[in-house]
Amino acid sequence: MRRDSRVVRIAAGQGFWGDWLEAPVRQVEGGPIDYLVMDYLAEVTMSILQKQRARNPALGYATDFVNAMERLLPQLVERRIKVIANAGGVNPHGCAAAVLAVAQRLGLGGRVRVGVVTGDDLLPRLDELIGAGHALANLDTGQPIADVRPRVQSANAYLGARPIVEALRHGADVVVTGRVTDTGLTLAPMIHEFGWPETAWDRLAAGTVAGHIIECGAQCSGGNCLVNWRRIPLEDPGYPIIEARDDGTFAVTKHPGTGGLVSVATVTEQLLYEMGDPRAYITPDCVADFTTINLKQAGRNRVEVSGVRGRPATDSLKVSAAYAYGFKAVGTLVYAWPDALAKARRADQVLRARLGALGLDFEEILTEFVGANATHGPLAPPPGPDLAEVQLRVGVRARERAPVERFTREIAPLILNGPPSVTGFAGGRPKVEEIVAYWPALIPKSEVKPSTEIVEA
Amino acid sequence: MRRTVQLLRLAHARSGDKGDTANVGLIALRPEYYPILVKEVTAARVKRHFRKVIRGNVERFELPNLHALNFLLHGALGGGGTISLKTDAQGKVFSTALLRMEIAVPGSLRVR
Repeated sequence: MRRDSRVVRIAAGQGFWGDWLEAPVRQVEGGPIDYLVMDYLAEVTMSILQKQRARNPALGYATDFVNAMERLLPQLVERRIKVIANAGGVNPHGCAAAVLAVAQRLGLGGRVRVGVVTGDDLLPRLDELIGAGHALANLDTGQPIADVRPRVQSANAYLGARPIVEALRHGADVVVTGRVTDTGLTLAPMIHEFGWPETAWDRLAAGTVAGHIIECGAQCSGGNCLVNWRRIPLEDPGYPIIEARDDGTFAVTKHPGTGGLVSVATVTEQLLYEMGDPRAYITPDCVADFTTINLKQAGRNRVEVSGVRGRPATDSLKVSAAYAYGFKAVGTLVYAWPDALAKARRADQVLRARLGALGLDFEEILTEFVGANATHGPLAPPPGPDLAEVQLRVGVRARERAPVERFTREIAPLILNGPPSVTGFAGGRPKVEEIVAYWPALIPKSEVKPSTEIVEA
Repeated sequence: MRRTVQLLRLAHARSGDKGDTANVGLIALRPEYYPILVKEVTAARVKRHFRKVIRGNVERFELPNLHALNFLLHGALGGGGTISLKTDAQGKVFSTALLRMEIAVPGSLRVR
């Protein structure tokens, strides 16, 4: 079979909503790229966006993305760089409209075609689906979603790369999607450019592995890497770029002159991030086998990836739902030498006694001593008596708001009526947070109809 | 002759979350360390290491191609995600918590 000899350069510009705003700009300005892919959706982001949309029907998408387009569109248009982002959240059409408005304002009206991928939102059809016998059972607990139905705030199927490919085929310059897998954002341009068939499982798996490597941005290119971390320059981290080839092999690299590091160590750490069974990394597009991946350092800041094997995709899609669970709050105080930890422990005892005397009903009260045991718990050796300070951190959770609200009033009094040498309360009372919890489930693919549309200014 | 070495000197690691499960990827710093990790860092051993921290079981998967092991630590995150009250609700530093483990290595093994 003849192979296309081109290399397609796919740059990751955002690893989550909240990632470095400069990253997409540096990816575009730092050297040649063909695609800029940006991931905005964490597991409970959709429920936050759902609430925003309820307040204002024009919202419900990642507004950071529109700001990035404001900065970048002229260059993107001039250099014909295509953008793929799951920034659409629960309102991909609203997001597309905002991008087109930016294009108009920049004098690029008529020169930007936006592809809109929808069909992931199952919330309007939830009762119909339950009625048709889909339990949408929680993958962790087995509980049917009907049990929490009145409290469900969002429910989205994870779509794969195909609807994005469809948008690219119809000439989209910018593709905004709702809930699409992080890996699908990177796989889609490969399928589009090389015309990979739906059964090219090994190559689809390779593209999926590429997507997994760059979906967290700089976390594969020197960020959060433990090996020789002192020697990795992080002031201007180079975000990752995939150089994809038709045969399914690819390189991971970054723009010259940037900081960070692309090495077998940095890429391996990211490959294992959030990994389950490595032989079966399941996506809507294929099942990738991570035990077949071969990594090789092929130069400075360049890792070659080959050998990836894949298997046919499953018949179901993952669903990510979110439901109102209850309330929580976290209060903190800092205790100073001498005997910092003993003072913090005593404050915790006093606080718990007062909460008990008030008869407040909590699902859980968790005390951590930051500086002593908050990250590694009892695995950390006890600190010596000369510890300079320790932060008392107490969290509570309840199904009702009232007890959590009352808890937030019990921290500050300890400053004057608790153990001595206390400080660090400038933030004021802790805030009550509503807990929106995650509900993972499966649904047959036949029940979900992805849809692609092109809109222009 | 055998001696004891902390995992930190033989491996690096990255961890993350899936619901109430933490995953820890443990990666040999040199290919020759990988068989030692396979032999010594068993699921049972890891479960014992974390016995005061996690409520559930430990699963282990081997990735010889990456000289790595992947561990799933169930019931590790105080309910996980937004429910958890823990500082490390997403299991980000279970990685270095595992690297605290001491394992037996051959006396002849060269360790930096």
